[in-house]
Amino acid sequence: MTKMLLAQFTQPETMVAAARKSDQFGCRLADAFTPFPVEEMPELLGADSTSLRVYMFFGGLIFVVAAYATESLSAVFLYPINSGGRPLNSWPTFVLFPFAIGIFGAALIGFIVLMIKTGLPRLHHPLFSVELLERATQNHFILALEPPRGAALEARAKVWLREAGAVEVTEVEI
Amino acid sequence: MQPAARSYEAVNELVSRPLLKPEELNWKFWWIAFMASLAATALMLVCILWLFTKGVGLWGVNTTIVWGFAIANYVWWIGIGNAGTLISAMLLLMRQHWRASINRFAEAMTIFAAGIAGLFPILHLGRPLYFYWLAPYPNTMALWPQWRSALVWDFWAILSYILFSILFWYAGLIPDLACMRDRARTRGARFWFGVFALGWRGSAHHWQIYHVYHTTMACLGVPLVVTLHSVVGMDFAASLMPGWSETIYPPYFVVGAMYSGFTMVIALAAAVRWGFSLEALITVDHFEVMAKILLAASIIMSLSYMTEWFGAWYSGAHEERSLVAYEFEGHYRALYYAMLFCNCFLPQIFWFKAARRSIAVVVVVGLMINIGMWIERINIVWMTLSHGYAVSMWRIFHPTYWDYLLMFSSLGLFALLYLLLCRIAPIVSMHETRRLLSQGAQQ
Repeated sequence: MTKMLLAQFTQPETMVAAARKSDQFGCRLADAFTPFPVEEMPELLGADSTSLRVYMFFGGLIFVVAAYATESLSAVFLYPINSGGRPLNSWPTFVLFPFAIGIFGAALIGFIVLMIKTGLPRLHHPLFSVELLERATQNHFILALEPPRGAALEARAKVWLREAGAVEVTEVEI
Repeated sequence: MQPAARSYEAVNELVSRPLLKPEELNWKFWWIAFMASLAATALMLVCILWLFTKGVGLWGVNTTIVWGFAIANYVWWIGIGNAGTLISAMLLLMRQHWRASINRFAEAMTIFAAGIAGLFPILHLGRPLYFYWLAPYPNTMALWPQWRSALVWDFWAILSYILFSILFWYAGLIPDLACMRDRARTRGARFWFGVFALGWRGSAHHWQIYHVYHTTMACLGVPLVVTLHSVVGMDFAASLMPGWSETIYPPYFVVGAMYSGFTMVIALAAAVRWGFSLEALITVDHFEVMAKILLAASIIMSLSYMTEWFGAWYSGAHEERSLVAYEFEGHYRALYYAMLFCNCFLPQIFWFKAARRSIAVVVVVGLMINIGMWIERINIVWMTLSHGYAVSMWRIFHPTYWDYLLMFSSLGLFALLYLLLCRIAPIVSMHETRRLLSQGAQQ
């Protein structure tokens, strides 16, 4: 179980300003829960650039190769038809199927990787029992911070968060 | 956005109200529309069952005009189906933030319209029960699809597009479903929204990956959608018929798809705005911007028609010139003039700001353009097939009432799906609208 401070803000700018100063008060920034993506947060959280697009590219490529292989195999070896003297492996007319299915393949692999990287679907999470967090998907911006050790420092961090614009600060164990 | 939607909570309340507080809205018109569309869908089912029983001889097709209403309907529906993703993805990439209010129902429109479009080529097959032969699979007959055929390209392009569009729409919906889960007060609503929200919590780590995925999907969606309607164009252009065998066809079809699709988005926007009292979110400014796009598209369409005429004259080919003369003077000339009026002349009213800012004018002109675009597809199919190379084969297409019934009842199915969607999922993207509000506040 980890102790967390959840600080609720009504505006993204106030939350970002507080997140920038969290180090000064001995708090470690753990996460932020927001109703839409706030551009500054991944950088403040030290998140690496995601490799999702690489997975999508190679996933799409696998679909492309499989589709073209199906075409070549069936048109050249399994069911060769001489259509107006054209080559059996008529690549210009074979491009379309791999292209279309390749794009879908990239989208599908991207969705699967999105799910894996975000740990979803996860229908239950300890945070769901925190009532405050319901606002994060609607209209409030919540910072999750690991508080400094020691009751005095923790109390100081809470005061500071309120001064920084938090409308509510809650302590949770997750 | 109007003042009534200038807070995050106001946006949530406006969009979630029809789903979570239905008692606060008047559903009388919804029920009337629902019953009418249900009846039309039942009629469509009857048409299809009778078609399967009797065969395509029920329709007005003959040995010359082998593609009648079915293929024209298919091209028209797939055009509407194209526009949703095209609008959503292209406007996202071009940072047109106003799209936030319209993209969700445009994407849903895509899925329904593309699904209905996909039915028509199957229905028009002489033996529709064998449509799955288009898919490659090992079978006892040792048969494989003919990969050089535009029909096979069509099958894969539509299938990939529908599956892609479902993913694009659903991915965009997840944060809003989480919002609905957290706003819902009944156990059933919390459960179902919770299941489909997949446990979304709005974590910054999740948003980062999600944002990359959504943008990448938009980048992929644009070439896919352009490919899809280009392939539909190639169904015609890959043939050797006069009027069809033209290199302009793929881009011409893509522009036509965007044109007719936008008019459908306008009609749906007006309906949703009125039905769910979303005047604060879908504003007159949205209609003005869309009217400008219609105006630009009408000019491109007019240029495309002129290019066709010029191409026929410049080719020097007798059949090509004869076809253009037939368009203006032949049996279907009334349809051709109606098409030019709806698609080229009528939209010029949007040069006037007062017309662009009148929702009634934009909707009525939009509907007329949509009718004009359907006539265009009919003209493409009928004109060329009625006036091919062999004079002895010239015939006229006489639609039967089964042709009309199937066409109109397909509109009923579309409306039914849409009306049901309005009752189960948020019709406007809340998270994108909130972001738009935040960006507006910062500016």
